[in-house]
Amino acid sequence: MPDDPKASAAPSPVPAPPAAGEGVTRRGFLSWIGVAWVSFSGALGVASLSTLRYFFPNVLFEPPQTFKAGFPDEYIAGQVDNRFKESFGVFMVRDAGVIYVLKAVCTHLGCTPNWLEAEFKFKCPCHGSGFYISGINFEGPAPRPLERYRVVLADDGQILVDKTRIYREEKGEWQDPESFIVA
Amino acid sequence: MAEAPKKSLFALLRESQVWNSIFRHGPPDNTRNRSLAVLTNVFLHLHPVKVRKSGLRLKYTWCAGGTTFFLFLVETVTGLLLMFYYRPTSEYAFSDILDLRSQVPLGIMREIHRWGAHAMVIAVWLHMLRVFMTGSYKPPREFNWNIGVLLLVLTLLLSFTGYLLPWDQLAMWAVTVGSNMARATPFLGNEGPGAALLKVGDISLVHAGDDARFALLAGRFVGSGALLRFYVLHCVGIPLVAAVLMAVHFWRVRKDGGISGPL
Repeated sequence: MPDDPKASAAPSPVPAPPAAGEGVTRRGFLSWIGVAWVSFSGALGVASLSTLRYFFPNVLFEPPQTFKAGFPDEYIAGQVDNRFKESFGVFMVRDAGVIYVLKAVCTHLGCTPNWLEAEFKFKCPCHGSGFYISGINFEGPAPRPLERYRVVLADDGQILVDKTRIYREEKGEWQDPESFIVA
Repeated sequence: MAEAPKKSLFALLRESQVWNSIFRHGPPDNTRNRSLAVLTNVFLHLHPVKVRKSGLRLKYTWCAGGTTFFLFLVETVTGLLLMFYYRPTSEYAFSDILDLRSQVPLGIMREIHRWGAHAMVIAVWLHMLRVFMTGSYKPPREFNWNIGVLLLVLTLLLSFTGYLLPWDQLAMWAVTVGSNMARATPFLGNEGPGAALLKVGDISLVHAGDDARFALLAGRFVGSGALLRFYVLHCVGIPLVAAVLMAVHFWRVRKDGGISGPL
């Protein structure tokens, strides 16, 4: 309005212009534009977040993170058991009066080590890292011991392996009572 | 009978409406028309209107950028042809690769694609070295250097995503090892700095089931989900971004004064 005072001030003999556009003030226009931009940005934000969420499926066709691994008696002392290596990626070990579950992932670059019975050690085929039966590294490029998973006895007496919790030797976590079961 | 001097077929073509609708300028026998030939062509307009003599010397440019672009085109064509046979599922991927060699005519298609990929990585490094050694990253070309760095990264990502597609032991473990780097992403990787801070009570928000590596692999390990994601990124996602950035890259060469002169 301040731009053109003549237009609105002069009394007009012709009929009033169409109602549309009348009553639109600069302030009103700007606040509507503001609302429009906020809604648009909000909608865009929600759409972007939903699209990001799209990349995380609700159902995974992977083995469950927790599983029952049979009874402690099924494991022979002083031996590494490979029965869940393929399906769950773990070594079940019964040694020195305890059962523990080693994560079958090399701490160097993430390959799967093999248990070599004759040499009594874990050996990674990728770059030759070696680990004792305890999981402690002793040769090759691996910088730290294999990790252990949480293991407890279920109510029915079976071993319950929980892969959502990891215990690291270098952090002193192998002392944790849930990182092994006495057997 | 026509007494007028016989016009060549080419001259007749030149006078036709079809020709003149496509090329809206006269023959390039003067500077103005030669410029118009470049300016009015959607492909050539990305290219500098004029190229300095020094810019054509192989000793100066090594033609490394041009070679990289040529190899990108080779990869696009051979890659498209491979897509007619290759199925990105864990059931078929490896056998399709073998069939491409032994059962499909022109069994070297995959080898061309593979060797072209290696050559492209080498060429893009040589291009970067040349640009660095000739000081062509200096003003006003700093922005284009940065576009170039992005294109280098995209080239390496194309190489990385393509590496998984044969679905053999080498591919599986190379990508297992490679994608482990994503674990260490700050805040977004479950072993990365800051990830341990993101927790509600005792529940960690960033873990192996929802971190950056998971988004890349569609799982906690390299499986069929990872194969499909890498395939889509390799064939569509990354090439699309690379093509847009290449257009910007070439256009900026022109806008920044053409290929740099010798020092």
